[in-house]
Amino acid sequence: MPEAHLRVFRGSSESDGMLVDYEVPVEEGMVVLDALHWLQAHEAPDLAVRWNCKAAKCGSCGAEVNGRPRLTCKTRLSDFADDEAITVEPMRAFPLIRDLVTDVSWNYEVNRSIPPFQPPADRPQEEWRWQQEDVERVQEFRKCIECFLCQDVCHVLRNHETERPFMGPRFLVRAAGLEMHPIDTADRSAHLKDEGGIGLCNITKCCTEVCPEHIKITDNAIIPLKERVADRYYDPIQMLWRKIRGSRADGDPAAVDGGEAT
Amino acid sequence: MNDAVERHPHDVLVVGAGGAGLRAAIEASERGASVGLVCKSLLGKAHTVMAEGGVAAALAHVAAEDSWQVHFRDTMIGGKLLNNPRMAELHAREAPDRVRELERWGAVFDRTADGRILQRPFGGHTHPRLAHVGDRTGLEMIRTLQDKAVASGIDVYMECTITHLLTQPDRVAGAFGYWRATGRPVVFPAKSIVLATGGIGRAYEVSSNSWEYSGDGHALACLAGAELIDMEFVQFHPTGMVWPPGVRGILVTEAVRGEGGILRNRDGERFMWKYLPDDRRQEYAATDEEAARWVDAQSAARSTDARRPPELSTRDNVARAIYTEVRKGRGSPHGGVFLDISYLPADHVRRKLPSMYEQFKELADVDITAGPMEVGPTTHYIMGGIRVDAETGATTRRGVFAAGEVAGGMHGANRLGGNSLSDLLVFGQRTGAAAAAAAAAETEFRHIDPVQVRLAERELSAPFDRPGAESPYRLHEELRATMQSLVGIFRTEADLDEAIARIGALRARWANVGVSGGRPYNPGWDLVFEVRNMLVVSEAIARSAQQRRESRGAHSRLDFTGLDPAWARLNSVVRQSGDLIEVTTAPLPDVPAELQRLITMERTDA
Repeated sequence: MPEAHLRVFRGSSESDGMLVDYEVPVEEGMVVLDALHWLQAHEAPDLAVRWNCKAAKCGSCGAEVNGRPRLTCKTRLSDFADDEAITVEPMRAFPLIRDLVTDVSWNYEVNRSIPPFQPPADRPQEEWRWQQEDVERVQEFRKCIECFLCQDVCHVLRNHETERPFMGPRFLVRAAGLEMHPIDTADRSAHLKDEGGIGLCNITKCCTEVCPEHIKITDNAIIPLKERVADRYYDPIQMLWRKIRGSRADGDPAAVDGGEAT
Repeated sequence: MNDAVERHPHDVLVVGAGGAGLRAAIEASERGASVGLVCKSLLGKAHTVMAEGGVAAALAHVAAEDSWQVHFRDTMIGGKLLNNPRMAELHAREAPDRVRELERWGAVFDRTADGRILQRPFGGHTHPRLAHVGDRTGLEMIRTLQDKAVASGIDVYMECTITHLLTQPDRVAGAFGYWRATGRPVVFPAKSIVLATGGIGRAYEVSSNSWEYSGDGHALACLAGAELIDMEFVQFHPTGMVWPPGVRGILVTEAVRGEGGILRNRDGERFMWKYLPDDRRQEYAATDEEAARWVDAQSAARSTDARRPPELSTRDNVARAIYTEVRKGRGSPHGGVFLDISYLPADHVRRKLPSMYEQFKELADVDITAGPMEVGPTTHYIMGGIRVDAETGATTRRGVFAAGEVAGGMHGANRLGGNSLSDLLVFGQRTGAAAAAAAAAETEFRHIDPVQVRLAERELSAPFDRPGAESPYRLHEELRATMQSLVGIFRTEADLDEAIARIGALRARWANVGVSGGRPYNPGWDLVFEVRNMLVVSEAIARSAQQRRESRGAHSRLDFTGLDPAWARLNSVVRQSGDLIEVTTAPLPDVPAELQRLITMERTDA
């Protein structure tokens, strides 16, 4: 049976942690998470790995495989050359708990701060009628499995580039799902601008590249939200003009926030 | 010493944060209870997230003639009449309101042409009934409930495992567990405890279930003196992935068949025609042509006089059919059968089944829009569970409630697809309300017995004093092999004898289980208590299966084929007696005359 060469981060802090080499027998179709499970059962019974579904639906098993944030349940060993070492490390943007497990509780705090869904008080549900093409835009954002790989790869969060709060791509996606919901009535502009720090995103699209659900985070969620915030806070005349014309003008969303980017 | 153990008192403590736990927590909180929600994973990762096809509710948006009465009848017939009739009635009556409520909380279901919640057909359901979001309905549900729960200010304790219920002679007073990140013990004094821990699939080798599904709630309840019922009824979902080995068991949603997927054997034969039970045959299409007309109408979301394809028979029946075809040497190259949806337009398949498309492309190099999938049965769900009162979810042990998959009775001998998500909502809501009311009637918290806490702490630490002893991974592997080979789709007296003996030996070895490493986030240590729970549950399943000498629904005996009228009105009952697991029977609740009429009514639309 062929063997894969894994280098797995072991340790409970950056300082005493190290990469440990393991050989794992390979079966057809095996993914990195299978290899980690094999190690738990045979070599390293206390190897800390967070996982639940092993079907790319729960978003628990994110790690950095050869430096790239990925779901380990979806990363096949056959994606790597036979003689290539497969290095598995925890997500770097979050505090380490142990081995491949990090403390992601910060994300839950950010989530709690977002003003929740607010349906209209004056339109009874019996009258709600939404067309499929109208809901598909929101459904894209609601596909998110909260693996936090986008948070991990985002340089603003990863490199702690700012002292100011920044909610990160995951929660801009969540906010977009609420803001573009067919009947939501809440206004999250102030939240996005201040606590959310949307201006700090300078659209490098790294988040979109690592999203296992293929959500177009930057183009479909962040840029439209930036436009909303810009309309609201920086350009009331254009906002009025768009209202009258009933369409969105092209703009360079990056320029709007240029002064704020770090 | 245990004075130092961290404590978090709550009126209502909910264990498990899937659909049922979240819905119960929301309800209890809205009724003024202080609610703690404990989950052994991160919030939003519970098994509900994996549900794909939809939530069953007679909204009658696609088939105007649908009603709660027809839903009730389908559920009872699917369950081989072993369901608790009151639960099946409440479920069918209340599911539409629970689904509409999700929409008010922000869920975005797929739409009909006139802009309402769309419904898709599923096995055993007379009408298109499943509200859905492509094939990721569970994710939509859990996210909606999670957001609602967080906004209601419920205290959530994530990555915290409950290992013991703390009891008083007359009732349960709290729960004991540990934080997975640190290994520190924690006590939750509670006036009411809602168990919503899901299922048991990890006791089997081939399973669609997630890491969490180790029968924790079943075992906690049983060990604290509550009764379980109908544990022999384990649902093997007909379609799991079979190849490559790394992905074996991962679910292939029934929605593939709901959208028109055809099952064929190695010879290209559409074998489900052969396996339709005679007494239900008139509910299914008579020819390929009629089935194709039904699929056309379904794809265009319009009604039709064509009857549904044979692939939409109930899950127990389709799983047995696939198993039999493979056994007779008519299987696919990797020991499954072929499921084909590629004859429909590729765009349509990708839109209706986006996760399936991805799953096969990324994990198996199969393009389901271009060719068939290989599928076979996978352990999916347990119909049996903690015995509960239909109205309130109260168990037979005071202070403990149960809702969702961990509770028994609702689904009888076989669950229809889509009825699980609606079960979570209907009985999550009811149980949350009842748990809050029961807590409000208690003036103060019951005494937490320090001796029990100390014993629980000692049991928690003991495996660290035995490094190099029995490996929990090894025990788990042997248990899974036992359950897979001896307590699977088809059962015999000799196999069950053997299984019970092996489980007994594993239980003895468990007492000597050891782990290495430290307490913080130690998966081997986590597994010790999960294996304890799986052993309790596995023995309950095997003994119940041995007791029921007939074949009914998901329980098939090779040595007692066919229904036995003597068993038709009996539930199996499991309780812990000393160190032993004892199995008896109890008569099913009577079916009121007006419900009985619904069950026997003929289809008026076919």
